[in-house]
Amino acid sequence: MNLLSDAIAWLFAPEQWEGKDGLQTLLGQHLLFTVLSVLIAGVIAIPAGWAIGHTGKGREIAVAAAGIARAVPSFGLLILLVLLFGVTHKPAAALVSFVVLAIPSLLAGAYTGFEAIDRKTIDAARAMGMTEWQVLLKVEIPLGLSLLVGGLRATTLQVVATVTIAAYVNLGGLGLPIITGLNLRRFDMVLGGALMVAVLALLLDLVLAIAQKASVPHGLVHRRTTTKNHDADHLPVQDKELT
Amino acid sequence: MTWISDNLALIASLSVEHLRQSLIAILIGFVLSIPLGWVAWRYKLVGGPIVTLTGLLYTIPSLALLMILPVITGMSAISEANLIVALSIYAVAIMVRGVVDGLNSVDPAARSAATAMGYGNTRRFFAVDLPLAGPVILAGLRVTAVSTIALATVGILVGVTNLGYLFTNGLQRRIIVEVFSGLVAVAIIALLIDVLLVLLGRWLMPWSRKDRKQKPADVTQSVQAVAP
Repeated sequence: MNLLSDAIAWLFAPEQWEGKDGLQTLLGQHLLFTVLSVLIAGVIAIPAGWAIGHTGKGREIAVAAAGIARAVPSFGLLILLVLLFGVTHKPAAALVSFVVLAIPSLLAGAYTGFEAIDRKTIDAARAMGMTEWQVLLKVEIPLGLSLLVGGLRATTLQVVATVTIAAYVNLGGLGLPIITGLNLRRFDMVLGGALMVAVLALLLDLVLAIAQKASVPHGLVHRRTTTKNHDADHLPVQDKELT
Repeated sequence: MTWISDNLALIASLSVEHLRQSLIAILIGFVLSIPLGWVAWRYKLVGGPIVTLTGLLYTIPSLALLMILPVITGMSAISEANLIVALSIYAVAIMVRGVVDGLNSVDPAARSAATAMGYGNTRRFFAVDLPLAGPVILAGLRVTAVSTIALATVGILVGVTNLGYLFTNGLQRRIIVEVFSGLVAVAIIALLIDVLLVLLGRWLMPWSRKDRKQKPADVTQSVQAVAP
């Protein structure tokens, strides 16, 4: 584990945390790329996923689109977009390729959240005279939120790991020490950069895991203690992402 | 577009390399995930940590893994074996979850019936549990296959030649068509393998067609792709 101690020594050396390419700058860039692309993907994918889940239409199209998006390597897409957009719009090119990466999981999280809801609950809401919008806002979105946040967690992990390739087209981020270390054969830099990415990923995942716990409606949390057997039908689905 | 017709032979030979590297990794990942997934499913105490730890393998940036693996294993960084080991690790990271979900999806009544009919643990696993978990495991395998094929392109950054070559070379020479043809080739290979896996699943598991109660949605949700 000599390598590991070298990497940690590299990470904690004061000179890594200073200057234009200091680790805190790279960390900031990495975080900014991650948050922005997940946000943009969310604005696109979540309403689309909810529409699919609510109407039950367009699911095949969404699955096919997600399949194609998965088959496209982010690394290649990034290079293609950099060439297409031109050198001055490199950050935009990077954002677009990360958004493409983030969309499938978020979309799946949004519509599977709705599909996991017991149909009887939605029928009951309609029978009580709720309008379609009320069904959506008061029943489906709250009940589907937990799986959506689960999709958000998976997306965030993917995007955090992938933003490292931004450094390949000189956009900084925590991939910079990895790429520089690759060229200089400095393994401590490579591992140090990777450790930073992993720590960032774990921290973001922890925050989202807490958010996921909080996103389970109170009604469901309480019912679990009283009617155990009945809840066994659908709680495992929600617990899936909590593990 | 003349670039493509002039370089068809190059694209073809890179595709073959690419396909070989990814298929071996997918196979290794699949073979390792079944016992790992079984242990995680059978022994709940270690199950949580196994699923969490394999899931965490995701967060290792592929570039870093490709550089660090040789230091641990003693392989050359630019060797194909290095890329294949790295890709297998990511394949396991995606698949184990799918295997556990698959085994969980088996109706306990079917399992009890098999036990009542005198099936031992091993025989029941291969004759009842595994086939019934098959459709869900297949869904996980499909996601694994597609993302492994896409991910393999990163190998070029440490010097393993495959379709990723068209990306780096295209960037250096500023040939947009070259990068684009690389993307299309990767996507076509991924989708072809995906279709093959679906057909293979229909042929090997005819029971999965009748029973549409299994919600495929749950699977795509829980098994996510790894990104480079």
